[in-house]
Formats: sequence, structure tokens, C-alpha cells
Amino acid sequence: MAALNIQKGASKHSAYDLRDPNADIVESHTLAVLVDNEAGVLARVIGLFSGRGYNIDSLTVAEVDHHGHRSRINIVTRGTPAVIEQIKAQLGRIVPVHEVHDLTVEGPSVERELGLFKVRGQSDKRVEALRIAEIFRANVVDSTLESFVFEMTGTSEKLDAFAELMRPLGLCEVARTGIAALSRGC
Amino acid sequence: MSRSMTGARMVIEALRDQGVDTVFGYPGGAVLPIYDEIFQQNDIKHILVRHEQGAVHMAEGYARATGKPGVVLVTSGPGATNAVTGLTDALMDSIPLVVISGQVPTFLIGTDGFQEADTVGITRPCTKHNWLVKDTDDLSRTIHRAFHVATSGRPGPVLIDIPKDVQFATGEYLDPRQVDQSSYQPARKGDPASITQLVELIEKAERPVFYTGGGVINSGPGASQLLRELVDGTGFPITSTLMGLGAYPASGAGWIGMLGMHGLYEANMTMHDCDLMIAVGARFDDRITGRVADFSPGSVKAQIDIDPSSINKVIHIDLPILGDVGHVLEDLLKIWKSRGRKTNGEAVRKWWAQIEQWKARDCLRYRNSDSVIKPQYALERLNAMTRDRKPYIATEVGQHQMWAAQFMQFDDPNHWLTSGGLGTMGYGLPASIGAQVAHPDALCINIAGDASWLMNMQEMGTAIQFRAPVKQFILNNERLGMVRQWQQLLHGERYSQSWSESLPDFVKLAEAFGCKGRVVSDPAELDDAIREMLDYDGPFILDVLIERHENCFPMIPSGKPHNEMLLGEDSTEGAITGKGGALV
Repeated sequence: MAALNIQKGASKHSAYDLRDPNADIVESHTLAVLVDNEAGVLARVIGLFSGRGYNIDSLTVAEVDHHGHRSRINIVTRGTPAVIEQIKAQLGRIVPVHEVHDLTVEGPSVERELGLFKVRGQSDKRVEALRIAEIFRANVVDSTLESFVFEMTGTSEKLDAFAELMRPLGLCEVARTGIAALSRGC
Repeated sequence: MSRSMTGARMVIEALRDQGVDTVFGYPGGAVLPIYDEIFQQNDIKHILVRHEQGAVHMAEGYARATGKPGVVLVTSGPGATNAVTGLTDALMDSIPLVVISGQVPTFLIGTDGFQEADTVGITRPCTKHNWLVKDTDDLSRTIHRAFHVATSGRPGPVLIDIPKDVQFATGEYLDPRQVDQSSYQPARKGDPASITQLVELIEKAERPVFYTGGGVINSGPGASQLLRELVDGTGFPITSTLMGLGAYPASGAGWIGMLGMHGLYEANMTMHDCDLMIAVGARFDDRITGRVADFSPGSVKAQIDIDPSSINKVIHIDLPILGDVGHVLEDLLKIWKSRGRKTNGEAVRKWWAQIEQWKARDCLRYRNSDSVIKPQYALERLNAMTRDRKPYIATEVGQHQMWAAQFMQFDDPNHWLTSGGLGTMGYGLPASIGAQVAHPDALCINIAGDASWLMNMQEMGTAIQFRAPVKQFILNNERLGMVRQWQQLLHGERYSQSWSESLPDFVKLAEAFGCKGRVVSDPAELDDAIREMLDYDGPFILDVLIERHENCFPMIPSGKPHNEMLLGEDSTEGAITGKGGALV
């Protein structure tokens, strides 16, 4: 089909948004990159993103096979479909990279992130924080008379929501791991 | 049989096992143990350069002229940082290099020791891969792996950083057969179904074109042979990028010249109007595409490339074929022949008639002169007087480079050495020496501009010392010609810093280095001057004083599509406008 080729804002007469059909849609993708755990491998991956102007929204890395010295890097990135394809191709040609999986397109996957939240407060606010933590199934991993540290695992959105609710209750420090992700099934 | 030896000895042993005959390098504190081993052997020739950048460009010239990886040896700190430009150049142009750098001893790393630099950190983005070797037992394996990585898949430069204590210590040497290379094996064969699809497109195409690049040359002479067979068999037109010149002969029936920003009118128009584009080892650089949105709007695009990241990077590809050019072309030919060698002959004949009309524009036409040497004329004469000797032609970067690409004619791969991707001024002189070292009896010419040539002129000393009779053909316009041309087109003729004040006397300079030079400004004397340069037994600098304000045409102004080329002086007014002005 031929492109409509109508400029944005060119018409005010339609009930529909006259979106440019060629406009690129920015998507978020979760990539799993399996690499040799050798010196500098993370720098290579990060350097690729900064050097070519790609985004990193979240990054986790750890050795997952101690015997084979393999690490898994989970990256959440954003870009148009063409840019995402290019990112995968660029990652794939790094010499110590063995596999690149796009969990967003390779079927259903589970994504989890761990967060630690320090909340300072007294009396009512303290009770309210505990109550909300219970709803979110967050654990208390440290407690003083003035503060709690909550530990919570879940999707990034869930962690965002929890932090939002804790903010007025005295949230003063947050540590998050970034996303770890696996495809569902086998 | 296990063999125990020092790390320094291992370096020599590994280079020998890898078939290396020449190393370009410069000694220093952190590589002294390796230089001590070089002193004690005769298998590997060491070319002492005058600056490490020169060493890397020489190795590039050597690699391009032979197809073998170029090897460089430099010291730590400044030795390694001086190599960075050459490494970046080789990465952009996919040239296989193995660079070995010395490093401060492991116990000093991180202390800001004398001549310490984070070499693997600095060179990580400008190498295909690099290694810091901290244990002598890992050294031979790493060197063998480095050669494998540099030459497999899409070739490129690699670097091995070796601390001095690792060079002194003793470890176990492994020969290449003992090293497992299975973890890095880029696929070479293309998908047969996709290749068959391409054959079907070839059979039906009405306005086809082959668009070939440096990947054909990197794939080896066999790939060039297969390309010739395919092009001549189908009778399709073929154009090439700057990097791909020589893969298909300029004398071949299908040749329509180089394409791109300073490519030929007929080549760019053919690309713009084609209905089937077959990209072979070419990567759609911005110098090729012009305005991406208007790049060859009506064509089906097939691309053969060994690097998945080269496919769909800037231009959408309808039919990607991932694999080595040589292997894919072989299968392609086989399938095309088995299906009866069909093409749409009638339509292709009409297509050629159209191309002939474009050719008739004679886009390289220029106004010659009796009083001043035109650069185009100088290169026409050089081409005419040297072509039968199959010279190795190196260039620097700028107008002279584009004129050389337009006017020199190449009939063989690996004879054209130019900095395409990075555009490194100062590349040509050392590259010509590298080619000459590889082919001592061949004619090696560097076509240079006055400004570029000065950037690595110290390497004339290397040429003299190693009796490399390289011919330096300097098109001297006392300007940074390409910068000047852009200032004329884009910046209202305000020629900011683009002229060469206080140029040296190149003839005296040649004598000072210990070779011969000549200056020529009269077109009538040009042939005689070229003859003297060719006949002289040794390096020669020919200072050709040319028309100072000649512009390089044709030209696609940046930000413009292929069918909006400038063909001559009368069309330059306000040529680059709008967003195009922001492009380089």
C-alpha cells in the first residue's frame, strides 16, 4: 500500500489522528546475551551501546555457568524495530558473545527485578508502610525504631508502583537490581 | 611434545607458525625482550618505521596488497596510542591486522607507571577484538586466536597487549593445531533457498545492477573471478564502491564505473533507476547512498554479506544472504547455470541502451589547459603510462583520492590501497611502502595531495632504509583541496585555513631524505617527468603543480539523492542546502 505521506498536524478536520504511517514506533525489548566471562566483556557490550547511541534502560550481569565461564547479560533497551534488529546484529558480532536472544519476540518470558526500599517514618506512617508492604508481599529485611528496609521481587512495574506508594510514607533510599529474564517453557 | 620457552620467544615462534614474513614496528622499553628475540633470528623481517601510525598503515598496505594479515609491533603507552588511528582505519575498511603492543609489567598495571596506558581500554572500540595477556601460558594460544579472529568472518584489526614480565617469564608453547578455534566460526555458506530466490530475481530483472564493494576483495581472488564470471555471464552492468575497485576489471564489458558522492553519473543513475540491485560485499555507506529516503526507490534489493550487522543497517534489504561472498557467488553461479543461464535479455538490452545515454554525458569531462596541469590530465597520463605494469596504487585522502578513483583503471583486485571508511590523511605513503615490501619488484605509486602527504612524510626514511622504490606522485595545489571545495559550495567562499602556507620544497626534501625529486608545472613536460619517476631506481617524489582551484566532479551534494548530481562548475551555486549542510 502506498504511504499516505501526510505531515503531522497537517489537518485538523478528521476525527482520527492522522499519524504518519511511516513514523517509527519505539519499542522496549528485553535481550539476553550469553557471553564468555572474560576480562572486559561487559565493557565491550556497554561500549557498543554508548558508541552507537543505543539506549540501556536496565542491565544485569552475572556468571551463570561457573564451569563453562559463561555469563548472562540481561539488557532492556528501546528503539525502533530496525534499531532493535541492528542492536542484536551488532551484539552478535562481538567475538566473546555466543548467543543473543530477544525475549520480547521469542515467545512468552518471565521478567523479575529485586528492589530494596528504605522507608523512614514514625507512628501512623510506619504502620501504613507495613500494611502496604504486606499487600505487595514485600519482606522486611531490616528494622529499626525509625526505619524499615523492604525487599521485594517482581516486575519492574510492580516495583515502580510500590516505590510510588512508599514515597509519601518516608521512602528515602532505593536499590534495584535491574531485570533478570527467562523465556517460559523449554 | 611440550615446548617451554619465554613469552618473548613465543611471540616469534607463533608469528613463524602463522606464516608471517614481515613485521612493521618500533621498539621501546616494554617490548625490548621481543626485540631481543627479533635480533636473534632471520625468518621474520622487521621494518623499522619512523612513527607507529606509519607502521599500522604499512601493515594495512601490506595486507591489502597480499590478502594476508599485516603484523605490527609497538611499545606501551605512546607506541600503542599512536597506533589507534591505523587501527580505526583498518576496522572501518575491514583489513586484517594483528598488532602486538608491549605493556608495563603486570605488577605495575594501574599505578600510572612510565609509558603505561590502558591499551585494551583505548583500543576496544577500534579493534575487532583485543586481549591483555597476563600469563605466559596463555600467550601462544592468544596469538593463534588473534590471527584466527583477524582473518575469519568479516576481517579486522586485533590487538594483543603483552606486559613485560609476561615476555620474560617462561611458559608452555602451543602450536596452531593445538588451539581450539571452534568458538568463533562465522558462517560462510549462504542459505540455498535465498540464493535460489536471487537467481529467480536475476532471471526476471529488467533493469538490474551489481553493486560491489570491498567484501569481494576481502573474500579473496577466487571471489573476484566468480564475480567476473557472473557479471559477464548475465551481461548485467556493474558498479563498485571506492573499496571494491579492481574486483571487476575496468576493461570489462559490464563496467560502468565507481558510484557514490564522486562516482560516475551513469553509475549513480543506474543505481537510482534499477529494478534489481545486487549488493555484494558492500555496506551502503552514506557516501554511496546520498539521501537515504530517495535511494534507488524502485528496486528490489538483495545483499550478500558476511556481517549480519551490515544488512538492514541503513537501507532496507528485501533479500539478505548471509555468507562469504566467494561461497555465495559460487552457489549462485551453480544454481543459475543449472536453471539454464536465463536472463531477461530483451529488457536488459534496453536497459543498456539507457545506460549508454547516461554515459554519453561524459561526466568526467574537464577543460584541459596548455599552461597549467589539470589534476585529471596528470592522472590520465599516469594511468596511460603505468597501466600495463599493473601498479599498486595507494592514495591519501581528498580530491586527489577521488580523481584517482575516477581516472586510474584497475584490472585486478588488491592493487588499490585507499582509506575509504575513516578517510585518513597520511595513509598513502606508508601504505605504498607496505605494498612495496610485499612486492619488491612491483611498481608502487602513492597518489597524494600536498597536505595529506606531509602528515606521514617521515616514513620516506623507512622507504630509503629498506630500499622500497615507492613513487610519490603529489598533486600539489597548495590547498586542502576538498576542504576548499566544500567551503566554496557551502560556506560562501570563505576559505578558512584551507591553504598550505610554507610548503617545503619537495625536490630538496627528496634529496634530504636521500632519494630523488622533480617538480613539474608545464603540461608539456609531464610525460617526461613521469617517465623519469618510473625509470629512477629508488624512491622518487614527483611534485606536480596543478591547477589550484579545480573542483572534483561529478558530485552528489550531501543530503541529495543520486539523480541530483552536479556535473560541472556552472552547477555549484548554492549546491548544498538545508539539512545537507550538517552532513560531512
